[in-house]
Amino acid sequence: MTPAIRVSDLTKVYRRYSHRKQFRTVKSALLGGNLFKELKPDEVFTALSGVTFNVRQGATFAVIGRNGSGKSTLLKVMAGITRPSSGEVVVPGRISALIELGAGFHPEISGRENVFINGIMLGLSKQEIRDRFDEIVEFAELKEFIDAPVKTYSSGMYMRLGFSVAIHVNPDVLLIDEVLAVGDEGFVHKCLDKLSEFRRRNKTIVLVTHSLGLVEKLADEALWLDRGKTQLRGDPKKVVDAYLAQVATREEQALAAAEAQAVAQFQKPSQPQHPADPPVEPYSAFAREKGRWGSREIEIVEVDLLGADGATKHVFRSGEPVTIRLAVRASGTLSDFVFGVALFNADGVCCYGTNTHIEEWLPEKLSGSGEVRVVIDRLDLIEGSYTLDVAAHQRDGYPFDYHRSLHAFRMTSETKDVGIFRPAHRWEFSPTVVLRRREP
Amino acid sequence: MLRNLRALVRYRVLIQSLVVRELKARYRGSVLGFLWSFLNPLLQLLIYTFVFSVLMPERKVVEPYPLFLFCGILPWTWFSSSLIESSNVLITGSNLIKKILFPAEVLPIVSVLANLVHFLLGLPILLGFLIYYDKIHSTIVLLPAVIVLQLVFTLGLSLFLASLSVHFRDIQNVLANLMMLWFFASPVIYPYLDIPSRRLQKFLNFNPMTHILVGYHQTLFYGGLGHWPWLLATAVGSLLTFVVGYFVFDRLRDTFAEEV
Repeated sequence: MTPAIRVSDLTKVYRRYSHRKQFRTVKSALLGGNLFKELKPDEVFTALSGVTFNVRQGATFAVIGRNGSGKSTLLKVMAGITRPSSGEVVVPGRISALIELGAGFHPEISGRENVFINGIMLGLSKQEIRDRFDEIVEFAELKEFIDAPVKTYSSGMYMRLGFSVAIHVNPDVLLIDEVLAVGDEGFVHKCLDKLSEFRRRNKTIVLVTHSLGLVEKLADEALWLDRGKTQLRGDPKKVVDAYLAQVATREEQALAAAEAQAVAQFQKPSQPQHPADPPVEPYSAFAREKGRWGSREIEIVEVDLLGADGATKHVFRSGEPVTIRLAVRASGTLSDFVFGVALFNADGVCCYGTNTHIEEWLPEKLSGSGEVRVVIDRLDLIEGSYTLDVAAHQRDGYPFDYHRSLHAFRMTSETKDVGIFRPAHRWEFSPTVVLRRREP
Repeated sequence: MLRNLRALVRYRVLIQSLVVRELKARYRGSVLGFLWSFLNPLLQLLIYTFVFSVLMPERKVVEPYPLFLFCGILPWTWFSSSLIESSNVLITGSNLIKKILFPAEVLPIVSVLANLVHFLLGLPILLGFLIYYDKIHSTIVLLPAVIVLQLVFTLGLSLFLASLSVHFRDIQNVLANLMMLWFFASPVIYPYLDIPSRRLQKFLNFNPMTHILVGYHQTLFYGGLGHWPWLLATAVGSLLTFVVGYFVFDRLRDTFAEEV
């Protein structure tokens, strides 16, 4: 059987003109009359390179990847809107591309007239539109507004009408670029139902999306693009997992880099404040700017977050064990010291803070280098970005070394629960309350 | 190129609906609506008649001057609005070009045709004036030929300007002034035969609009056919303009989606 879509060795190169160069081309093209030659690019950007895949008839194919990885370009090339620089795309059937909903709508004329013009643009005949008109309006839920000018529509109504027209084109191949986020929950469900209907009718769907849940739910095959190259193609679950793993690694690197920068910025010890001065409110939720201060009689030389295996990392799964390791160095011998840590979420809310003094550890002696660890067996914070404050100070608050917001980490979780922390819990139902676990 | 031209025939329904939309949208919300299609040329006519009959009466060389003026202003308005709109149409329509698959030449063609409809709507008024001044000549049956000639020329130039303006936005700025110059270099407000120097006339002969306008004047105002050799040459030139315009458009087509 011939595939519904055949993409072979597809490369798309965009031309980039610098501003100065552009001015020169206009001038020289006008003066020299040398138009076609002068239009040649001096700089190029490769949006897609050597992408090859087939999509069989009736399959749902998902394309995922970071922003700017070439997903939309791929879709535009498949739709025939832009031409590939090399390689080819073969789509024997009728294509409908939902790249932007209601792209051709004219604000001044009515919804009814726009449906006709949009339909014709998407390749329907007038008769076909007349036959489907009621269905289109019904689906968009715009019965009473269809004769009002489109400029009076809300953005949701606009999108719904656009989606409705596009989906009623009845294509063999439907290309969708991240447009399922239209309208309210109810409309999204209707759209998904429509897609399922498409699948049942053995139509081919290509889906570009950031909604990885949707990919796992709908797609038969997934393609992960990274910087225009195929990173992985195959079983959606596998591709999504690999993609997520890479996202985590990237975040890890970004956080590590940010932390290194923050620590370097506040390397110099500050003048010790007078012991009688009230210390800066230790675990305040306000004024969360980054900072480091203190006399450095005890210096916190290194701060690491360790995973279960003892290796440093910055991205943890909710419920994972986390160890906070402080490498400290004292300039003399001290007998009054407290070590503290605090975790803040992105809103600056202190999720948890503690120190050795609060927990009734009495300082006796510290000299030279040493290590302090806070071992957390389960860190049940919900998904999000967090910062870590660490401090060494005297019992009266006189700061030795205080790191505020210099260290960051991320929690990830499958469950999209809300709040700050997830208590260990389970659900129980009496026999009359019947629920079924959704299949993963 | 030929294949693209043939594909265009398939899109005639789209062109037709877009022209209708353009006309509807233009006057939507205005009190007088479609009446403006008649009123605009009338008002223009009033201004020129005032200038040349009251302010500068010594320049009057043809009688009745308002009728002569009207014969030229109507086609000129069609021509210049088409070009000015076309130079902008791919950029304002970037949403369509980037998001929907359809031949981009539809857009400039729609501009030209929508303005043609305005022109045609002005014709009944012109006809009224012709009857009023008792100037109906049998040559009026040749009017459609002149209109077709102008259509081909305008289309070619519009396609050319539309595709170039994607790369050189400067064109839009230059064009308004250029059209002003072109207006005075064409026999709209003065008769062709009234050009004082032979050298100037020779120069104006290079302007296709000169002959097209003389075509209107002859079929409607004078009722003669003396200009036909020039019109034939202009027809060849117009076809050539169209072929070159379409060729340039076709060559640049693939760059539109990336540049607009």
